[in-house]
Amino acid sequence: MKHTISVLVENKFGVLARISGLFSARGFNISSLAVGETEDATVSRMTIVVEGDDKTLEQIKKQLNKLIDVIKVVDYKEGEFIDRELILIKVAITPKTRSQILEAIESVGARIESAGARSLSVEATGDQTKIRALLELLRPFGILEVVRTGRVAMDTSDKGLKADGKPEVNE
Amino acid sequence: MTGAQILIECLIKEKVEVMFGYPGGVVLPIFDKLYDAPIRFILTRHEQGAAHAADGYARATGKVGVCLATSGPGATNLVTGIATAYMDSIPMVAITGQVKSFLIGNDAFQEADITGITRPITKHNYLVEDIKDLARIVKEAFHIASTGRPGPVLIDLPVDIQQQELEFHYPEKVEIRGYKPTYEGHPGQIKRAAKAISDAKKPILYVGGGTIISGASEEVRELAIKNEIPVTMTLLGLGAFPATHELSLGMLGMHGTAYANHAIMDSDLIISVGARFDDRVTGKVEAFAPHAKIIHIDIDPASVSKTVDVDIPIVGDAKTVLQELIKHMKKPDTKAWLQQIAEWKKSYPLKYKDDGLLRPQYVVEQICEVTKGEAIICTEVGQNQMWTAQYFKFIKPRTMLSSGGLGTMGYGFPAAIGAALGKPGVPVFDIAGDGSIQMNIQELATAVANKLPVKVAILNNCCLGMVRQWQELFYNKRYSYTCLEGVQPDFVKLAESYGAAGMRITKKEEVRPAIEKALAIDNTVFMDFRVEREENVFPMVPAGEAINRMIGGMA
Repeated sequence: MKHTISVLVENKFGVLARISGLFSARGFNISSLAVGETEDATVSRMTIVVEGDDKTLEQIKKQLNKLIDVIKVVDYKEGEFIDRELILIKVAITPKTRSQILEAIESVGARIESAGARSLSVEATGDQTKIRALLELLRPFGILEVVRTGRVAMDTSDKGLKADGKPEVNE
Repeated sequence: MTGAQILIECLIKEKVEVMFGYPGGVVLPIFDKLYDAPIRFILTRHEQGAAHAADGYARATGKVGVCLATSGPGATNLVTGIATAYMDSIPMVAITGQVKSFLIGNDAFQEADITGITRPITKHNYLVEDIKDLARIVKEAFHIASTGRPGPVLIDLPVDIQQQELEFHYPEKVEIRGYKPTYEGHPGQIKRAAKAISDAKKPILYVGGGTIISGASEEVRELAIKNEIPVTMTLLGLGAFPATHELSLGMLGMHGTAYANHAIMDSDLIISVGARFDDRVTGKVEAFAPHAKIIHIDIDPASVSKTVDVDIPIVGDAKTVLQELIKHMKKPDTKAWLQQIAEWKKSYPLKYKDDGLLRPQYVVEQICEVTKGEAIICTEVGQNQMWTAQYFKFIKPRTMLSSGGLGTMGYGFPAAIGAALGKPGVPVFDIAGDGSIQMNIQELATAVANKLPVKVAILNNCCLGMVRQWQELFYNKRYSYTCLEGVQPDFVKLAESYGAAGMRITKKEEVRPAIEKALAIDNTVFMDFRVEREENVFPMVPAGEAINRMIGGMA
């Protein structure tokens, strides 16, 4: 089963290595990892999608919390968060397949980033369902290259997660 | 002040009195400042010796052990010692020199990515990138090493930063937003636990190294004796509760006593204090303590429900939690339970062949008798370690120094050196095997140079005993590379060549007089006990079995 967690970490030398080292040492599977700065430049936010059962997830959260550089770990419950990923796909194109491909791209709300004589570069942002749909639609035409950012997520409640790990409510 | 001077000032602020290490190119500035610093620096003869000595010092005194090495090979030589401390949660600060900042990543002379190498085996580590961070880093390192669940912290200090200048300010406080250990247990959980113990018919205290780290021996004593609850200990918990007390079951697990294993497998409530349900203790996890509810008191939330499911988890400091727990306790009715345990003790005592031959277990017993259980005992790893755990009756905490988690051969002798420095006046022994003692034999020089009267009892069976035992029991006696008979040094001459004393004991009746004589010699002493070869450690729980399915040594 896949779980999505957000980890607030000190933006310091070696933190990414520490986290990925922890996962590999303990045999936890990372499906994707996206990281960027928060509103506080000294704090980074990682969104990690992990594979495992509930017991494994418990251990992952506990082991992450043990790390000195980890400020907070949040795990998202099914249905209580929104997630997005950005994908770039280079698809092969011929005069015959052109209109079918353009139709497919429009049907999922993706964009054409650049067009060539033999290929088309497509960009899409969305949740896993949309990303998967786009890939399936384009696969029969010949996918030349795929680049994905990995999932980022945010919960849907009224509380915001600040860089220091404390909740922020709009009073 | 230079960076090197700042480092020394920080160590002085942290009340470091003794440190261990070995010099090298990129720590020359530090060593120059150490030359006339008010810190006792112990030069070992290998960096691994320095790390183990810092570890032994920490275990014996409760203080943070400090070791220092140069970059590259000096740093990598510390790795085994750091991993040993990590597995047993020992407070240690390891300082390594590093090549100049601008050369890092360039494959410079004696460069090693020690922060990368030690990341998985340190509680935390630092590479100092700016001299302005140095004092804060040292303060944080000592704080992290010694609080919560202790562990080794490494500081990698490039030589150019050691030579830069800055005004020295030692920070007042440490503020680490990602590190806030929990010390007070949840009051609701504590009350639940007290009720569960009061209602139990077959409760048992399972006490580990965390009890000793927390200084909770008094509380365990009170809880056990007032409420008549039997106590079993892990290897690292030995000494937390006196082995001479009736309620003590000795060690449990793979080479634990039969009665401890039967008791824990039959119990209805396990009160775990500062222990982590390691595989040496649980045996086959699915079969472990099938009738027992489990109360787990531990400062590390990650250890709770890691291997076994826990019914009442209490995250907090053992001493603090037990003090609260005792207040809410009503004495359970354990009369029938204690009777059953007494029967098991009678039916399945620890034993070995008592003939006229020189047996290793006898040597351990005699060391215990002569020192009245009051010495500090270090061990190496293997049969020597297990016989010590079984036959030495530890009565005080911080007297059993052994590499439990990592199981490092070569640990005991340098650790004994560290312990002797930390506890002058207390007799210190290293109970060793002939294989293990050769792994850090060079520390004979350190012991003699610093006039440390450490007594090394080599249980010499001319082989790698524990592995030989497994080969005998499970590999058809195919003794593949466990025989050391081909070439063995004359340990007496070897000790004497370093200026230590040596003695050889070949007969049972010579054992006790030899120990008494060794204690009277004001020098490091090697005792070469020629023990029976094919002696095995029993009882033994074979790998993958439930712990009440032991082989050997039964009635």
